[in-house]
This record gives sequence, C-alpha cells and structure tokens, in this order.
Amino acid sequence: MLDQSYYRKTDEIIEHYGRKAASLIPIMQDIQAEYRYLPGELLTYVASEIGVTEAKAFSVATFYENFSFEPKGKYIIKVCDGTACHVRKSMPVKEALMKELGLTHKKHTTDDMMFTVETVSCLGACGLAPTLTVNDEVHPKMTPEKAVELLEELRGEKA
Amino acid sequence: MGTMTIDGRKVEFTDEKNVLTVIRKAGINIPTLCYHSEVSTFGACRLCTVEDDRGRTFASCSEEPRDGMVIYTNSGRIKKYRKLIVELLLAAHCRDCTTCIKSGECILQELAHRLGVRDIRFENTREIHEIDTSSPSLVRDPNKCILCGDCVRACEELQGIGALGFAYRGTEAMVMPAFNKKIAETDCVNCGQCRVFCPTGAISIKNHMDEAWEALADPNVRVVAQIAPAVRVAVGDHYGQPKGRSVMGKIVNALHRMGFDEVYDTTFSADLTIMEESAEFLKRIEKGENLPLLTSCCPAWVKFVTDQYKDFIPNISTCRSPQQMMSAVIKEYFREPEHAQGKKTVMVSIMPCTAKKAEAIRPNSFTKGEQDTDIVITTTELIRMIDNFGLDFASLDPEACDMPFGFGSGGGVIFGVTGGVTEAVLRRLTDDHSKEAMREISECGVRGEEGIKEFSVPYKGMDVKICVVSGLANARKVMDRVKNGEAEYHLIEVMACRRGCIMGGGQPTRAGDRTKAARAKGLYNADNTMIIKKSDENPLVIELYDTLLKGKEHELLHNEFY
Repeated sequence: MLDQSYYRKTDEIIEHYGRKAASLIPIMQDIQAEYRYLPGELLTYVASEIGVTEAKAFSVATFYENFSFEPKGKYIIKVCDGTACHVRKSMPVKEALMKELGLTHKKHTTDDMMFTVETVSCLGACGLAPTLTVNDEVHPKMTPEKAVELLEELRGEKA
Repeated sequence: MGTMTIDGRKVEFTDEKNVLTVIRKAGINIPTLCYHSEVSTFGACRLCTVEDDRGRTFASCSEEPRDGMVIYTNSGRIKKYRKLIVELLLAAHCRDCTTCIKSGECILQELAHRLGVRDIRFENTREIHEIDTSSPSLVRDPNKCILCGDCVRACEELQGIGALGFAYRGTEAMVMPAFNKKIAETDCVNCGQCRVFCPTGAISIKNHMDEAWEALADPNVRVVAQIAPAVRVAVGDHYGQPKGRSVMGKIVNALHRMGFDEVYDTTFSADLTIMEESAEFLKRIEKGENLPLLTSCCPAWVKFVTDQYKDFIPNISTCRSPQQMMSAVIKEYFREPEHAQGKKTVMVSIMPCTAKKAEAIRPNSFTKGEQDTDIVITTTELIRMIDNFGLDFASLDPEACDMPFGFGSGGGVIFGVTGGVTEAVLRRLTDDHSKEAMREISECGVRGEEGIKEFSVPYKGMDVKICVVSGLANARKVMDRVKNGEAEYHLIEVMACRRGCIMGGGQPTRAGDRTKAARAKGLYNADNTMIIKKSDENPLVIELYDTLLKGKEHELLHNEFY
C-alpha cells in the first residue's frame, strides 16, 4: 500500500494535464520522473481518474520501454546499442557493468538501489560510440575497463 | 454507389463500408480472423488481403469501395501470402488440436485445413504461459492466443468493460488483463462475449459436462434439468435443422435418453419472475421509490451494477432470475419426502449464458444457505453432450417436458430476446386478453434489435417510461444519463449481450446476421403458437402460488443485493 502522499502528488499531476484520456502518457512520465518508476497502484489510480480502463493504461505503459513498474536505482545507466555503438562493441561494456554489479537479463537494478543498467536503441551520439549515459550525463568512447572505473567513481561519490 | 470488378466479374456496391463486405456479398468467403462487423475494424490478421490491377496489395477490411476498382482475391501471390500468414500464426501456437476444447469450431484450424497448410516450417519458440482458470465461467489459455484482439474489442466496445488489453510489444506482446491479473480479479462480468469472438481456444467456456455425467451415472441421484428459452433456437442448426427453429421437443427427448429424470422448462419460472417483478414494479411506482426499477434476470448486468453503479443497487429488482427461481422451487418440491423418494436432487440448468455459472454460486441467491442450481451447462456444452452420447439428434422425435414445471406462457418464452422481459411485464399489466391488445404491446417499441430502445406506455392515467437495453456498453450510456439526471425512466431492462440471451456467451459461436435474426424470430414464433400468452394465466403458476409457494414467496423467489 502506497503512502497517501503518492496519491496527493498524482492528483497534482493529473490536475496539471487535465482529466482526459490523452493525458495518460504525460501523467505517467511525470510520475516516473518523480519516483524514478511508475508504481502500479498509481497507474490503476490514474486510469480510473482520467476515464480509461486499467487494461488500456497497462497496455500503454508496457508498450513503451521507458516506463518501469520496478523501482530504479539512484544511477540509471543507459548503454547505447544503436548500430554505431553496437559495431564498436557496446555489448561487452554492458556485460562488464552487469558482471561488476551482479545483474542479469531479468534483474536490472542492484539490491542496494544504487544502479540500474538498461539498453537503449540510440542516444544520437554515434560519433562518440560506444556511449552510455548516467542519469542523462553522456560518457563517450567507453570500454569495459572504463565502465568499471566509472562505477568505482560513482560508488566513491556515495561514500 | 458504383461497380467494381472482382476476379473478372462486375459487382455492384452501394453503401458497404469496406471492400471485404462487397467481396463477401459477391459470394467469396474471404478468410478473416480479426474482422467482426459489430466492432471496430482492426486490420491485424491481414488474411483478407487482396491485390488490385496495379499489383498493389491491401487489407480489404480497411479499404473503402471505390467505383471502377479491379480486385483479385485469389491471385497466385495472394494465395501464397495468405497461406504463409496462417503458417506463421501456427508457428507460435499450441498445436494440440485433438485435445483442444475448440476443435471443430476453431477458425485457425479451419483455415489451416482450407488453405492447405500441411507442414509448419518454423520452430515454435514461444514460452509456455499459465492457463487462467480463476473465473467461474471462462478459461483463458494465452498459449492459444493469436493476438487478433477480437476479445479486447468485444469487451471494450460492445460491453464497455475493458477487462482485457494488449500488453508489451513485438514478440513479447500478449493479451491479458492489467498486470496479468486473474480474470476473477478484474471487472469481468462473465458475459462470455470474449469467448464468442475468440477465433481459437484462447478463451473458452469453463466446462461442467463431467459433473453432469457423474450425476447422471449415480443411481441415488435424481437429475433434474431446466432449459432456458434461448437454448431451443440455437441447437438445431448444428444438426442441419433450419436456423433459429425451436427444437425444444428434440432437446427434451435427448435429455431423457441421456438419463435426466425430470426435464423442465425455464419459461415456467420466467412466468414466476413476471408475476413477482410486475408486483414489485407496481409497488415501487405506487410509492415512488427506487425507480427506475432495474431488471435482475441477467447476472452479468447485475454484477455490472453491483460493481460499478453501487448507488443503484437498491434499484435492482429483488426478484431472483428465472434460473434461480426454478432451482429454488424444484429443490423445495423435492425436499418433501413424498417427492424425494429417498433420492438426492441435482439441478442441472441448461443456459445460453456463461454468467449463469457465476450466478449459481453467488451466495445471495442461495436458499437456506444452500446452492440451488448445482450444475450449469451452456448450449455449447449441451451440444457436446448430445454428440458425446452419440444421439442422432435430427431423427429424434419431439417429447414434452415433465410436469409440474414443464410449461411456460408465451411471455416466458420471449425472455430470451432483448425486450422480452418488458413485453411480458406489459402483458401482465393489462387486463385485456385479446390478441389485438397483445399485438399493440408488441408494436409499442419493445421489439427490435437496436441496443437502446426508449418508449412509454400509458398505465392507469400515467405515462410509464421504459428503456430496453442490450449490450453493456449501451447500458453504461443509459446509466450515466440516469445518474446525471439527463434521463428518467420507470423501468430499465438490460441484457448484457447484444440482442439478448439468443446471442449469449454460451451459445454456439460464428452466428452471422441471418442466424441472429432467425434466433429472435424463432422465439417470437414459439410465442405465436402458444395459446397462453400472459404469465398470470399459466395454470401451473396459479396453482403453485396456492400450494408450494404459500408463505414462501420471498424465501424462494427473491434475494437482496446489499
């Protein structure tokens, strides 16, 4: 059960975009921006408030890779696997990160809620391939070694 | 208006909404998996793809007819594509046809046969998903889903429920309720229209045939059947009888042969419903309370109101549905030792409806805390039982139902079609028995297949405003207007399925427009040939009120929703 504050915040967001079916995506985006994920309870709540069925809202939320029902880590690392990054060996970078963090293809977030590792299709920085972003900050020309160093740096920041 | 050329023949068209309809009118049964004229066009299955004279291919369901079009429905290229589509669908589909409940009725199976698919070249890489048996009425097997979206659109557009939706994307796409919940945890009202629309075995009726066979095999059990009105007009066409013709007599014979001890007619308890509901209606009009009266015969509609329009729960008629009245009366009858004769009574109810399975186990419709209806068998299951027994249905002689619950009036028979309950109530409310009076009632606006019918009839100096609805999406429109004070009625009759029980979720599928019309006509014809038209003139009903029902009317015939 979510705290009442979640629903109050969601009400604010709904008011901002208006109680109509067309507001569904911007509302979900704002909720996700607020909590770093889209709590399922809030999706159900939003659906009933703006008059779409729960199944339809779920359909939209699962269609877009961007929405996540799982809480994400403090640092969201998006490894680009667009064509340019892929041929410049982006996958070994991702695998190095996953190995270092103990993640799998089903498990994207570390237990301490520090890191989430995802693949994205193209970050539009093909000249800097292979590239990744940490909370929207771009890191160019990555290698598996540089990726592990980056993790250590971020962990250091935590300490 | 215009002319097009289909496979070299000139074909005229008028206002057909798409090329597909024109092609079918020209006598070519072009295959489709996702096209239903009653819901929106989806264009997902691509089986209706045709080619034009410029070599352009397009889905004929999604193309408007234009004058001068030249179309080929069976060019070499089209035939190749069409077969490949079915092959690809089968590649990611469970192929255990011999043990599938849908075998023989499955459109995918039929198309594979029709298009000559003899080999699947592709490996099936789909992961196995859990089968959802949580619903009392339906079973959802995601492994047999072909993503045509027919169930999604039926649930959302016709029924206004939207319990199912597409989820995920690409190769991971699936049809499921939100968060992959069990059907029983959603707003599903058990109407079964998803199962009517599903071309494969992905959504099917939860079967209770084994329970019925078990009871029939037990010598210590008296197995009693009741047959709902809409069943009699939907069985015959499976056995080559004319569409929509009532084959009640043959069904009764079949049930007797299978070993049913007593076979009764639910039209009898439909008459009881009319007696009780009319009295309740008059009382409410007199007091001016809890109006509009909402009919309570349809369990999917009742669940819809109790789940989603809670403010209107007091408006629901407290009358039990005909199924529940029948079972309660019969159980009471056989409770007396002289009738019981040391045997346990098992009540098998034969219904056009999947929601009746849920109604039977709804605790507020029990008598003395006991379930009255033990087993509910849909029309589809009845046909399977007849086939299973090996009866040559077409050659069976008609038999009459058993007494004392084997006869209903014409008013009871028409319960199975939208407007029937209201028409029977109106017959009850008039003292005029003449055929002119009956005809006048039938012409007041109560008949017809429209989803929402509004009309008023004079009664003792007042104008009684009535709304007759079929399809829950239509019911939602009407209820929202009533809720917002935009419309006022004295009586709202709702049947969850479009056209009423004749098109119920338990009926044989793949009924086209002709079958739909024929089923309604079949019930009206059954009424036409009935000497007794009014429920209050049914001598068995009159006698029952003086005997078994005396002092027990409320206990056996009513239930509370709050």
